[in-house]
Amino acid sequence: MELILEDGSLYHGRPFGHKGSVAGEVIFNTGMMGYPETMSDPSYKGQILVFTYPLIGNYGIPDNQMIDGISKYFESDHIHLKGIVITSLTREYSHWNAVRSLEDWMIEHKVPGIEGVDCRAITKRLREKGTQLGKLIFEGQDLPFYDPSQENLVAQVSCKAPIEYGSGKKRVILVDNGCKNNIIRSLIARGVSVLRVPWNYDYTAEKYDGVFVSNGPGDPMKVDEGLAVLRKQMERPEPIFGICMGHQLLALAAGAQTYKLKFGHHSQNQPCVKVGTKRCYITSQNHNYAIDDQTLPPEFRPWFFNANDGSNEGIIHETKPWGSVQFHPEAWPGPVDTGFLFDQFVAQL
Amino acid sequence: MPDQPIKKVIILGSAALKIGEAGEFDYSGSQAIKALKQEGIKTILVNPNIATIQTSDYLADQVYLLPVTPEFIEGVIEKERPDGILLSFGGQTALNCGMQLDKSGVLAKWGVKVLGTPVSVIQKTEDRQEFADALAEIGVFCPRSQAAHNLKEALKIADQIGYPIMIRLAFALGGLGSGVCWNEKDTKELAGNAFAYTSQILVEEYLKGWKEVEYEVVRDQYDNCITVCNMENFDPLGIHTGESIVIAPSQTLSNREYHMLREVAIKTVRHLGVIGECNIQYALNPDSEEYRVIEVNARLSRSSALASKATGYPLAFVAAKLALGYSLTELKNSITLSTIACFEPALDYCVVKIPRWDLKKFRMVSTKIGTSMKSVGEVMAIGKTFQEALQKALRMLDIGAMGLVTNKDELGKKSSHDKLITELREPTDERVFSIPYAFKAGMSLDEIYEHTRIDRWFLSKIANIVRVERLVEQYKGGNCPRQVLSEAKKVGFSDPQLAVLLGTSERQVRRQRVNYGIIPAVKQIDTLAGEYPAQTNYLYLTYNGDQDDIEFGGKESALVLGSGTYRIGSSVEFDWCCVNAVKTVKEVGYRSILINYNPETVSTDYDEVDRLYFDEIRLETVMDIYEKEKPKGIILNMGGQVANNLALPLMHWGARVLGTSPVMIDRAEDRHKFSSMLDELGVDQPEWEELTSMAAAKEFAAKVGYPVLVRPSYVLSGAAMGVAANDVAMESFLSKAANLNEDHPVVISKFMTNAKEIEFDAVADRGEVINFAISEHLENAGVHSGDATLVLPPQRTYLETTRRIKVIASKIAKALEITGPFNIQFLAKDNLVKVIECNLRASRSFPFVSKVTKQNLITLATRAILGEPTEKNLESFMELGHVGVKASHFSFTRLLGADPTLGVEMASTGEVGCIGDTFNEALLKAMLSVGFRIPIKTMLLSSGPEKNKVSLLETVAALTQMKVELYCTTGTWKFLKEHGIETKLAPWPDEEATETVLDLLERVPFDLVVNIPKSLQSQELTQGYQIRRRAVDLAMPLITNFQLAVRFLEAIHQHPDLKIKAWGEY
Repeated sequence: MELILEDGSLYHGRPFGHKGSVAGEVIFNTGMMGYPETMSDPSYKGQILVFTYPLIGNYGIPDNQMIDGISKYFESDHIHLKGIVITSLTREYSHWNAVRSLEDWMIEHKVPGIEGVDCRAITKRLREKGTQLGKLIFEGQDLPFYDPSQENLVAQVSCKAPIEYGSGKKRVILVDNGCKNNIIRSLIARGVSVLRVPWNYDYTAEKYDGVFVSNGPGDPMKVDEGLAVLRKQMERPEPIFGICMGHQLLALAAGAQTYKLKFGHHSQNQPCVKVGTKRCYITSQNHNYAIDDQTLPPEFRPWFFNANDGSNEGIIHETKPWGSVQFHPEAWPGPVDTGFLFDQFVAQL
Repeated sequence: MPDQPIKKVIILGSAALKIGEAGEFDYSGSQAIKALKQEGIKTILVNPNIATIQTSDYLADQVYLLPVTPEFIEGVIEKERPDGILLSFGGQTALNCGMQLDKSGVLAKWGVKVLGTPVSVIQKTEDRQEFADALAEIGVFCPRSQAAHNLKEALKIADQIGYPIMIRLAFALGGLGSGVCWNEKDTKELAGNAFAYTSQILVEEYLKGWKEVEYEVVRDQYDNCITVCNMENFDPLGIHTGESIVIAPSQTLSNREYHMLREVAIKTVRHLGVIGECNIQYALNPDSEEYRVIEVNARLSRSSALASKATGYPLAFVAAKLALGYSLTELKNSITLSTIACFEPALDYCVVKIPRWDLKKFRMVSTKIGTSMKSVGEVMAIGKTFQEALQKALRMLDIGAMGLVTNKDELGKKSSHDKLITELREPTDERVFSIPYAFKAGMSLDEIYEHTRIDRWFLSKIANIVRVERLVEQYKGGNCPRQVLSEAKKVGFSDPQLAVLLGTSERQVRRQRVNYGIIPAVKQIDTLAGEYPAQTNYLYLTYNGDQDDIEFGGKESALVLGSGTYRIGSSVEFDWCCVNAVKTVKEVGYRSILINYNPETVSTDYDEVDRLYFDEIRLETVMDIYEKEKPKGIILNMGGQVANNLALPLMHWGARVLGTSPVMIDRAEDRHKFSSMLDELGVDQPEWEELTSMAAAKEFAAKVGYPVLVRPSYVLSGAAMGVAANDVAMESFLSKAANLNEDHPVVISKFMTNAKEIEFDAVADRGEVINFAISEHLENAGVHSGDATLVLPPQRTYLETTRRIKVIASKIAKALEITGPFNIQFLAKDNLVKVIECNLRASRSFPFVSKVTKQNLITLATRAILGEPTEKNLESFMELGHVGVKASHFSFTRLLGADPTLGVEMASTGEVGCIGDTFNEALLKAMLSVGFRIPIKTMLLSSGPEKNKVSLLETVAALTQMKVELYCTTGTWKFLKEHGIETKLAPWPDEEATETVLDLLERVPFDLVVNIPKSLQSQELTQGYQIRRRAVDLAMPLITNFQLAVRFLEAIHQHPDLKIKAWGEY
C-alpha cells in the first residue's frame, strides 16, 4: 500500500483495516492518547490522519454502551476520517473495557489504514509544506486527489433533525456542526437540557436559555446558512458560546475574518494563555482555520491566545454574554483544564 | 518575573551515590545551578561528592566539599549569608537536612528563605498520615492505611485492614525497609526492623497486581499546573518503581484513565501547594477505573530525571526557575526555543527504563526484587516500538545480554517448570528473560499474566519477539530474506543476536543488512513530535523509520563514548570525565558528539554536547553512528571499561580511535602481553600464571604460597575475583570464575599481605608523562581500589617509593606510546614496588585528583588526544598545602543479608572527597560525609586477630580517656583487661550470657561498631557476620577494616577543627 501526497512524495507501508483506496486531506495529530475518541470526532471529516505517536491500537476499542442517549466512549457514531497513517498497529490489544481491535472497528466503518511508514518524516513534510491532499492507494486501485475543503462538510456530519437530551430546567440550543458527544455530556452533566439542532436550523422560535455552537469540519465560510441563523440570534439576548468551528462562526458573524493555518493545530498539548493574566491552560485542538484578531470588531476582544504561535484562541464580547474558544474545553481526547468554561456558560443561563 | 530579588542561593547536594539516590541528583543540581546563574544569582553548593559535575569549578560560584548535615550547612550559611536555599535538588538527603534546619530554626535565624515548595508542604508529603488526611480533604483516594508508632499498633491495624498488608516507612528514600506482609509473623519481623529507623510506619492495604503509574507534575506560583510526562511500570505494584522496568508514556491506559489520573495529579498538587516539580505515583486497578494515590515526592527524583530525558523537558531547570518566582508562561521550551515551557510534551517514540542490579557482587544477598530498592543504576532506551526499546535497554545493561532472547547460557531459562513459575511469581532481577521461556514452554499469555500480573499488552509484545526469533532461526546457515531481517531489526534484534540465530558472524550480518539497505534512521527528540522544528540535537536511532532528521558533514567532529549504566565500579566519575572531554572538544573547536544511555547523567543533557546520541555503546551502534557522522575519530578512554573494551574491535572495523592506539590498549588489558612487556622493561609484578586446570592452579599456589588472588581478565571492579587462602577456597572461586567469563582466561597471582596500594593517575602525550598525581590507599592491599580510602598527597609513602613509581610509570607510558589518560595501580612494601594493573583510560580517581590538585587531567588528556599543544607539569601535587581524602559509601543496609565486609570485590556504591588542612581534618570530613558520626559516646569493638589488638592498645587507651563507653567482644575484652584497660563485655552470640552482643546492638545506640573479620574471605554465617549484619540493619556506622578503624579513631582523638572552607579557598 502507498500513501501519496499531492507534492508527489510517496510512502510504502502495510495496509490494515478496510481494503479500499481513499483520498482526502492529509494532516497530523501529535496526541498520544485516545485514538477511539479522535477517530470518532466529526471534525476530521474528509481527512487522512497521521498519528505521530507510533503505537496505536494498544487498548483496543470499547463497547458501544449508551448513557442518556449518548455513546459512553465515542465522540459520534462513525469514524469520520478517510484513513489513518501509523507506525505500528497493535492487534493483540489489552484493556478491561475493550471488546474488539482497532482494525475490526475500522473494517466495520470501512476505513483503511497504513502502517510501517516513517510518520515523523511525513509530519515534517506537512510542517514544512503545509497541509496537503493525499491518498491511500491499494495496488491497482488508484483514485484522483480529493479536496474536502471545497465541500460543505458541516452539512454532511450534522444531525438531520432536532434531538433532545437531558431533563434540566434550563435549555440550551446546541447547534450541531459535527458536534462531539462530550460537548453534550459536559452540558447535561451540569444540569441543563440540550436541544441539538441541525447546522442550519432556525431555532429562534424555540424556547431556550442559551445557544452553544459546536465544533465541526472544514472551512467556516462554507457554513453560510448557519451563519445567517447565528446573526439572527445575535439580535437576541441569550448567552452564546462557541467551540472551534463555533468560535470561527461567532467571529465571522460578528464581522471578523478567518484564514487557513499552514498545517493547523491537531494535538492535545496546545498552551493557551488567558489574555491579561499569567494563567495558561493545556488544551486539546483540532482545526485548520483560525480567526484574525486584527479584524475583530471593537465590541469583541481577544480572550485567549496560543502561547506557541500567538494565534487567537478565544474571543469575548465586552458587554454581552457571548464568548467562544478555538480549543476544545470538552477535551476527549485531551486535558480537561478548561472545563470551567462550561460552568461559566451554564451560570450565565 | 520573580517578585523579590534573590541574590545568593545555597544548594544542597545528595552526597555520595547510594542505592536509591544516585547520579540523577548530579543532573538536577547542575541544572539548578545553571538556571540560577542565568539570573545572575550567586550560587553556593554544598556537596562532598567530588566526582560530580555539579562540583566543577565552572558551575557554582562556591563549592563546599562538606557533609550535607545540619551542623555543616549552618556553618556554611553563617559564613556565606545566602538569602535563599534550594532543598529539592539533592534527593532525600538534602530534603531531610533542610527540614531539620527549618525545624531547628536555623533558616529563620539567618533569614534564609526556602525557595520553591514550602517546608510545610514537604512535611505533608513526607508524613504518611498528614498526607492521607490532606488527600481525603479533596476526595482523592489513597490506599486504606494507618500510621503505627509501635509493633503492637502495627499488628492491630494489619488485622483491621486484613492481610496481605504493606508496610512503608516515613521519611525514607527508595522504599527502604518497606515490604509486603502476608501474615502476623511477617509483620512482626518487618515492622520490628522498621522501628529501628523510624518512629512511624504506615500499614496499608496491599493492592496486588494493580498497575503502577507515575506522573511528573510542574506547578508555578500562579497556579499553572502541567503534567510533563506519565510513565507506566511493566512490573505491577509490589515492585518498587526504582526496581521496575518503566515505559514512557503509558501504553495500556485509555484516554479516560490517562486524564482521570492527570486530573487527580493536578488537583492534588494544587491542593498541597507544591511550587516547582513533583512526582505522583498511582496504583490503578487493571479491571476498572479505580485508583489510589501511593505517594507524592515534592522534590526532583529519579523519576523526574528519567522523565526529563524521556521527553526532552528540562524539569530541574524549569523547577529552579519556578522556585525563583517565574511563571511557566515566561519560560521558553529549551528545545524549540520558539514555543513556551508551559506545555505537555508529545512523544513520537517510547522509552524503556530498566534498573541495573549488581547483586552477584555481594555475598549472601537475596536476588529477589520487591518493594525496596537494590538496583545501583539504570538504563534508558528509545525506540519507535516497545520491542525495539526493550531489547536495546536489555543490551545496555551490559550484563552480557544480546537482547531479550538468544542469549548466552540461556539467560532466564530455569531448570524446571516449578522454578520457572516461581521466577514468574516471585521475580528476581532476571524475570524479564524468563518470560520468553514461559512462552517457549507452551504457557499461554493468560497463564503468564496470572503468574506475573504484567499487562497482557507487554506480554503479547514479548510473544512477538519470540515469534520473530523463530522466524529468523529458520534461515540458519542460509540466506535470510530482506523482509525478515528488516522485521527483526524493527523489533530490536541486534546484529550479534541475529548472527547467533543465523549461525554466522556479526560482521556478516552487518554486511548483509547494509546490502539490503537496512540501516537505522537518526531521529530527534523535540518535545512536540515534529510540530515545531527542534534547535537541539538530542538523537536516537531506530529501524522504524527511513529518513534522518539531521544532516551530516560540515564542521569536523570528535565522537566521545560515554560510560553507560552506573554500576558498582563505574559511576558518576566517568560521567565527569566524559563531560569534561566534550567540553574540551568544543573549546578546541570541533563539533562534539557523545553517545550515552544513562538517564542519571549530566552528559546526556542536550545542552552539554553538540550532538547527543542517546543510544547503545556497542560496536554495531557506534559503527552506525560513526559511518553517518564520519568524525575525525573516537575518544573512548573517558567512559570507563565499557567504552575502552571497544577499542580493538572498532579499529578492526576501520574506525579511527583517537589517542593511545587500540593495539596498546589491548597490550595493557591482556595479562600475557602486559606481563611480558613489564618483564622486558624490568618492572616487577606479583607472580602470576594463567589458569588452565585445577591441578595447575593448585600447583602454582603451592609454589608461590597461599594466599593467592584469583581473577578473570578484562573486568572492571573485580567481578568474580577473590582471595583464596587454601585449596578449598581456590576450588570454590574457580567454579565461579569459569562460569562468569569463558572467553577470557582466568589468572591467579600471588597475594601480598600487609602491602600498601598506590594509585598513579596521569596524562601522557605521545609516550611522555605530562601530568600525574599519586594517591595512597589508607587500607592495606586486599581492599578493592574502588572501596579503599584514598589520600592525596600520600602521607605515609616513602619518598623513594614515590620516585620508583614515577620511573616505572614513565617507562610504561613510553612503551605503550600513551596519548591520553592512564592509571597504574602499584603495590609497595618496604620500597619494593610492583605493578598490579594498568588502564589506558581515565580511572575512577580522575575527578578526585583533578579537583584536589586543581589540575584538570581530563582537559589536558583530551587536548593531547586531539593533538593540541599541551603543557607539562610534573610537580603540582607534591606542593599542595592541603590534603584530600576520598572515602567510599556502602549501601549494605539496603542489600538485605549481604555481608558488609571489604574485599577484593568492589562493594561500594559511591564516594565522597573532602579537603582539609591536615589529613585528620580531611578524613573526618569524608567519614562524616558517608554517614559516620561524632562524637562517639558508645562504641562496640571486636578487633579480630591478635596483632590488631596490640596495635590498637594506644588508640583504645585514648578512647577510654575520652570517656567513650566501650563494649568489646570477649577476646578483645580479655586482651584489654590484661593490659589494664577496663571495658564492658559484649559476649558472642554462642556464649552463655543474659545479654549477648546481638542483644546489646538492639539496646545500646552505638555511635560506631568496629568489627574486623578474622579471615580474608569469610563465607559462612559466622558470628562476626551476625554482628556486622545486625549493625547495618540497625543503621549503625560500621567499620570492618583495621587500618581505617585506627586512623578514624586517631583522627577523632586528635580532634582537628573542621573548617568551613570552600574548595576555592584551598
